[in-house]
Amino acid sequence: MRRVYNKVQQISGNVITVEAEGVTYEELAEITTQRGVKSLAQVIKLEGNMVSLQVFAGSRGLSVNDEIRFLGRPMEVAFSEDMLGRIFDGAGQPRDGGPSMTENFIQVAGPSVNPARRIIPSRMIRTNIPMIDVFNSLVVSQKLPIFSVSGEPYNELLARIALQAQVDMIILGGIKLKYDEYMYFRNVLEEGGALYRSIMFVNTAADPIVESLMVPDLCLAVAENFALQGKDVLVLLTDMTNFADALKEIAITMEQVPSNRGYPGDLYSQLAARYEKAVDFEGAGSVTVLGVTTMPGDDVTHPVPDNTGYITEGQFYLHDRVIDPFGSLSRLKQLVNADSRDDHRAIMDGMIQLYSQYRETEEKRAMGFRMTAWDQKLLQYGGLFTSQMMSLTVNITLEEALDRGWSILADCFRPEETGFRSELVDKYWPRQSGGADNPDASMEETESKAKAG
Amino acid sequence: MNLSSGKIVGVNGNMVAVQFDGSIMQNEVANVVHGEQRLKSEVVRITDNRAFMQVFESTKGLKIGDDVEFTGEMLAVELGPGILGQIYDGLQNPLPQLAAAHGFFLPRGASLAALDQEREWTFTPLVKEGDTVVAGSYLGHVPEGIFEHKIMVPFGLLGELTVTHIAAAGDYTIQHTIARLKDAQGNEQDVSMTFAWPVKVPIEAYRDKLLPVEPLVTKVRIIDAFFPVAKGGTFCVPGPFGSGKTVLQQIISRHAEADVVIVAACGERAGEVVETLREFPELTDPRTGRSLMERTIIICNTSSMPVAAREASVYTATTLGEYYRQMGLNVLMLADSTSRWCQAMRELSGRLEEIPGEEAFPAYLESRIAEFYERAGLVELQDGNTGSLTISGTVSPAGGNFEEPVTQSTLKVVGAFLGLSYDRAYARRYPAIDPLDSWSKYEPILPKERVDQARAILSDGDGVRQMMMVVGEEGTSLDDFETYLKAEFLDAVFLQQNAFDPVDAATAPERQKHMFEVVFTVLTRSFSFESKDQAREFFYQLRQIFIDWNYMDADADQYAEQEKKINSQIEEHSK
Repeated sequence: MRRVYNKVQQISGNVITVEAEGVTYEELAEITTQRGVKSLAQVIKLEGNMVSLQVFAGSRGLSVNDEIRFLGRPMEVAFSEDMLGRIFDGAGQPRDGGPSMTENFIQVAGPSVNPARRIIPSRMIRTNIPMIDVFNSLVVSQKLPIFSVSGEPYNELLARIALQAQVDMIILGGIKLKYDEYMYFRNVLEEGGALYRSIMFVNTAADPIVESLMVPDLCLAVAENFALQGKDVLVLLTDMTNFADALKEIAITMEQVPSNRGYPGDLYSQLAARYEKAVDFEGAGSVTVLGVTTMPGDDVTHPVPDNTGYITEGQFYLHDRVIDPFGSLSRLKQLVNADSRDDHRAIMDGMIQLYSQYRETEEKRAMGFRMTAWDQKLLQYGGLFTSQMMSLTVNITLEEALDRGWSILADCFRPEETGFRSELVDKYWPRQSGGADNPDASMEETESKAKAG
Repeated sequence: MNLSSGKIVGVNGNMVAVQFDGSIMQNEVANVVHGEQRLKSEVVRITDNRAFMQVFESTKGLKIGDDVEFTGEMLAVELGPGILGQIYDGLQNPLPQLAAAHGFFLPRGASLAALDQEREWTFTPLVKEGDTVVAGSYLGHVPEGIFEHKIMVPFGLLGELTVTHIAAAGDYTIQHTIARLKDAQGNEQDVSMTFAWPVKVPIEAYRDKLLPVEPLVTKVRIIDAFFPVAKGGTFCVPGPFGSGKTVLQQIISRHAEADVVIVAACGERAGEVVETLREFPELTDPRTGRSLMERTIIICNTSSMPVAAREASVYTATTLGEYYRQMGLNVLMLADSTSRWCQAMRELSGRLEEIPGEEAFPAYLESRIAEFYERAGLVELQDGNTGSLTISGTVSPAGGNFEEPVTQSTLKVVGAFLGLSYDRAYARRYPAIDPLDSWSKYEPILPKERVDQARAILSDGDGVRQMMMVVGEEGTSLDDFETYLKAEFLDAVFLQQNAFDPVDAATAPERQKHMFEVVFTVLTRSFSFESKDQAREFFYQLRQIFIDWNYMDADADQYAEQEKKINSQIEEHSK
């Protein structure tokens, strides 16, 4: 059967149409331009003998007589231990100057896991970031986005998690990543000594947009196969909004009817197909997915964060350079925070309730209301909580964070004011507390509020 | 019958165009031949001799010229004993059996029989030779878990039929012929314990459809007392992400006083289904003392499973619900989420290049939603008894905005609207059903005028709360402040419910009535407060005692004592 064609019928956006026979859906082709440049392309539509392909490197400079060779296989990616420490592009080719992977190819975007074989997640991934470990624990097999806006240090946060997360492997997917951010990730992983357990698939902002569509699938296919071999793999994807935008671009080129703000109607299914790859294989390893979703205009109702929120198991809301305890949620935290330490849940709930009261007081103060003695305590507490817990520079273990929680509480309150169970207070409340004394009136208020919550 | 065949002439996503010979029908099922695999698909449009088919599997690797074999049948489910307790995908493939055969993944083209073909069921005949029967009549029954599973005359048989043979009591497999029926023309037909029924066609083998009146007790107070649901009725639960839709559905699926509960996980997270899958077998149904799984069917087509099968899954669930309703049972079907089903329609419509309606949903969105909810109902069966199918659907509106096509189309056809509010969820007030916006057309289990009075106080209290945000507490009169505290009290002790407390999670109707009487006394009583602080303190204390009471088992010793405490507290401050 003829596999090489050189008559392109149409070039529109990054999609070309060619007349060919015997081509299969989602098959790959290799295009060689007259200047000898090669690019991969993938079949995205068959209509009679007309074959539409999205060209990974983009259609710029393609001519109607360029050679198109169909490869007879769908998109594949290499899978081997040799990939550790390596960096690849969105087509799976090395971008670190190392040798190409030539063996053991696996298919990408494989079938989904049978829900009947899934298990209820039960293991925490420690990150040494108190706002995660204590307040919204990350769980093995969880899929969780970081909702943020441009300018926030989401990539720094991701890099820190990559360095510190207690997993076997990190797979980092960069989707339209700025070149300096790509360098940043590479340097941080290298200096932090984590490169040996990392694989990177990076599509930078200067690279072809179609390749960026492949990045999540490549990362997840490799991750899935390592997980089947017993590895706990953490997949980091930044930024999934760029992925959605790339989908939008192709959909519009293909003249699909857009549903909401130009995004295709299957945006939900497309995102879900990626995030749902997160899984804990019984008797083997796991895939955990942590993505970045930048919200245009800090608008959580924008189609990308909105659809993402319906798919993922919570979200970390990063704004003003901290993980905001309100708006952040780990839906799976209950599965792991019961057995970590007996005061974990109490600290988690109690400190947030007090922090919420601090926020109210802060509003009152901003509006010029008079501050009571109780308000002063809350303000002191809020300050300590922000600087010693929420700040992204805090880098301590879960146990240290819990101890620090008690010490912050003891610095600001007397035990009765916090509404904690007496047995926990007896066990954990620092002995030589410098807690403020009086006033009694405020005590009742805390108590009732704590009970209301 | 001569079945048609065809060849693929186009592939676009999960849509293939097929050139066919012979006669095919709309919604007919065909198999795309791909090597050893057979990929199931359904006809969605016919133009000349070209059929457009949605494929229930990935279309990767298909090519022009691939063979397509039509089956002459519409997409159907297998009905018969052995469905209860099963976990199916959207096309009724049993998932645990697929896992046993294929491991972790769902391979393309894999399918298995929905019902156990080997198992023998103990059949007891209910008719004798010479009896006259119609579609839906009971021929006999077999025990299935806690129920007598009725073996019925297949719903597709027309007119009156005469029983010419009926099997003796004994053990048979589902394929064994248990009866022979003769129609008016003298044609005879063998009947076994199982038959197929097309999922998109409502089962109408009943005498009459009745008005749903009897409440379906969910044991969720805010629903039963304020926004009740009727057996055979419909309700929808719209809410933004994080407002607790799925948790609410899970609670209802556990505690609702229905005979059979069907959970259709349609395009949602796999993890949530897993909780149901793994926990239900461990939980006991308080009504029967048996495992909850024995009354449950799970249809599971989660978000990463093929989209076309997701579209089919709500129909599969509804058809199984109608089937058990025909046995005189009260069936509750929970679809989570109907938005994903509608999105599946939208994807299909886009690929068919239909002219889009609002937000690119197809123009027929509204009628499809209406048809779906209209399959609920209370019916009078052929034997004079009644059976019901109650349908609930969650809706996941884009951006949490209810002014979108799926929510609006749903509101037009349902009997109750339980709108979840992000503000309530944010304030940890669960269940986060908005007590001011929600509504129900069904009768509550409590006296209606009292409920209306309570709702009025709730609404007044909210008015005061909003005013206070502007003028502060100082600018509010003591009377208004009392109204506000009463509304907050009603919310805190009655409308809010702790889903994780073994006692508070589910409140029996009797207890709800009793509780409401006490709450109502507080709401209508005039109190003598000297200051707002005193009023606040009183209500906070009362609330605390009341919540403690909510956590007490009704049989516990302290229960009556605690009630006395509440009453004396009320009396102490009454005018």
